[in-house]
Amino acid sequence: MSDIARAFDHGPAFIAFLTGGDPTIEQSRQYALALIEGGADLLEIGIPFSDPIAEGPVIQAANVRSLTAGATIEKIFGLAASIHAETTAPIVFLTYLNPVFHYGYDAFMKRCAEAGVSGLIIPDLPYEEQGEIIPAARAHGIDVITLVAPTSADRIARIADDATGFVYLVSSLGVTGARSEITTDLGAIREAIRARTDTPVAVGFGVHTPDQAGAIATQADGAIVGSKIVSIIAEHPDDAAGYLRDYAASMKQAMVSALAETSPADAAGEQR
Amino acid sequence: MPDTPAANAGPPTPTPSAPRPTRDGRFGDFGGRYIPETLMNELFALERAYTEAKADPVFAAELDALLLSYAGRPSLLYRADRLSEELGGPTIWLKREDLNHTGSHKINNVLGQTLLAKRMGKTRIIAETGAGQHGVAAATAAALLGLECEIFMGEEDTIRQALNVYRMELLGATVHPVTSGTATLKDAVNEAMREWTRRVDDTLYVLGSVMGPHPFPVMVRDFQAVIGHEVRDQLWARTGKLPDAVIACVGGGSNAIGLFHAFVDDPTVALVGCEAAGEGVETGRHAATMAAGSVGVFHGMKSYFCQDDDGQIAPVYSISAGLDYPGIGPEHSWLRDTGRARYVPITDEQAVSAFELLARSEGIICAIESAHAIAHLVAEAGSYPAGGNVVVCLSGRGDKDVAAIARYRGKDLHE
Repeated sequence: MSDIARAFDHGPAFIAFLTGGDPTIEQSRQYALALIEGGADLLEIGIPFSDPIAEGPVIQAANVRSLTAGATIEKIFGLAASIHAETTAPIVFLTYLNPVFHYGYDAFMKRCAEAGVSGLIIPDLPYEEQGEIIPAARAHGIDVITLVAPTSADRIARIADDATGFVYLVSSLGVTGARSEITTDLGAIREAIRARTDTPVAVGFGVHTPDQAGAIATQADGAIVGSKIVSIIAEHPDDAAGYLRDYAASMKQAMVSALAETSPADAAGEQR
Repeated sequence: MPDTPAANAGPPTPTPSAPRPTRDGRFGDFGGRYIPETLMNELFALERAYTEAKADPVFAAELDALLLSYAGRPSLLYRADRLSEELGGPTIWLKREDLNHTGSHKINNVLGQTLLAKRMGKTRIIAETGAGQHGVAAATAAALLGLECEIFMGEEDTIRQALNVYRMELLGATVHPVTSGTATLKDAVNEAMREWTRRVDDTLYVLGSVMGPHPFPVMVRDFQAVIGHEVRDQLWARTGKLPDAVIACVGGGSNAIGLFHAFVDDPTVALVGCEAAGEGVETGRHAATMAAGSVGVFHGMKSYFCQDDDGQIAPVYSISAGLDYPGIGPEHSWLRDTGRARYVPITDEQAVSAFELLARSEGIICAIESAHAIAHLVAEAGSYPAGGNVVVCLSGRGDKDVAAIARYRGKDLHE
């Protein structure tokens, strides 16, 4: 079983994203631990990149803050390792392909394994191009997490067949960032994925309120939140920990409650 | 004009090399489709639509008609005797893409892509622009064909090229200044890609160069290949020979690929790309991807990029907004690694001097981008055979650059 699967063992998974090194490496370590204390089941650390083309303005700004403060790939590996030493929650990286390519696929995967990172989400590496990275990832036990979008249609089956870790279901067209409503028929896409694989499905892009997280809990196995967390950090750069703990707790609670109303056994994490 | 039997027979047809790119969009290891999942089905749809259009004589006839009656093709191949004499090497021929409607080679590609957009049922196009030449061309084609048009342009470039911003607006386009990152061409591409993922159903992203994910590098090449095909016929008609070298500036590299493509399979024809060395490759203030970059994956393609030790895309600099880009199209990377083409860095100072030389010697004010190609001959005319023929692509006209060149020379003009 993938290390990542553990994140889905305690009812619907709340997956928390933050940009590594925003505003500093040490603060992002504290904030990551606060999110996990609050109830995050899986931590997604963004490796800051100069040109994050899948990100909206909030996470773009976090990338700039982190790089300006001096974050490097090595420091992000150090950050992941220091978080991993203090928690059992699985950790994945979100990164664009170029930093991984430049580091060297095998060397990068090896460092991930050493740092306790279980998976990689690479928004600019679609299914067709994954062949070049999969052998190195497998060799070091790293899951490459694939994305499914509202436009994926006939591609869903293929992507689901080869999915590892979890399937990242992109809720909406466009880039990351809070949305007031999500109009995609997530249930239908979830079913198309479920028809092909038992790999859990988590929904991201636009998710920010407990109500949205609750709704997702009834349709998928997890909810991913990035921009909202990053905006809390931007608002309280020096003392975000308490806010993040409370926010994570409210999201996790909303998910568990929503699922309990429809499917009590799943909510308690008694079956997967 | 010589009236030899050979000239009447037309230029020879070279033995074609293996088709490029491969079916999955690769030029050797370069190219590919490194793009968010949201756009993948759209890229496949675009590829299918383009493949069908390419095989459809009706599409070809429509495009040819626009190129002839609207863009003003074929463009002249002009023998620059005074420049040739001044530089003391081969006979220099100028491919006058600057005389096209909208003033650059960009019109060749946008007419093709915009016709394709209509054929696909799209009602809106979006585009990035650096100097504004592609933006103006895209806005022009959108006006002509009745499509909505939005242009993404780095804020820095909207200042350097304010006249082009107003031109685009006159043509009915909306111009979005991009403030993220370095606020130049790469950031405009980022923002256009982001916009395409937001609204993909009714919109085609009309990419301006031979870059981005497959099928853009091959599609833009094919639409620009008219440049080299015309040169081949025109020079043959005038001299009964193929050129000894063809020379063009490269940012993303569309005018260069357009010129090179007809000659890639002729081993006697040297292919030379001139990239922007800004204040000098050694200063770090440049956009010389081939001289200083390394292989990476960005903007949908594997190719050469200017980047740092962590794979962060490097800020680049050139006096020329159109060459101020940290990457280069994947086919150029393949041409370089196979040794078929060579790429030379040209500094701002060399380009400005060449810009002035061409104006004085031939009465032609060319784009500062194109002046990088002229500058290569200023530096190396002697390395080409005396009595030979070299062709330089004058990719655009220089009206847009006059004020900036004046500033570079210490004169402040009030336009």
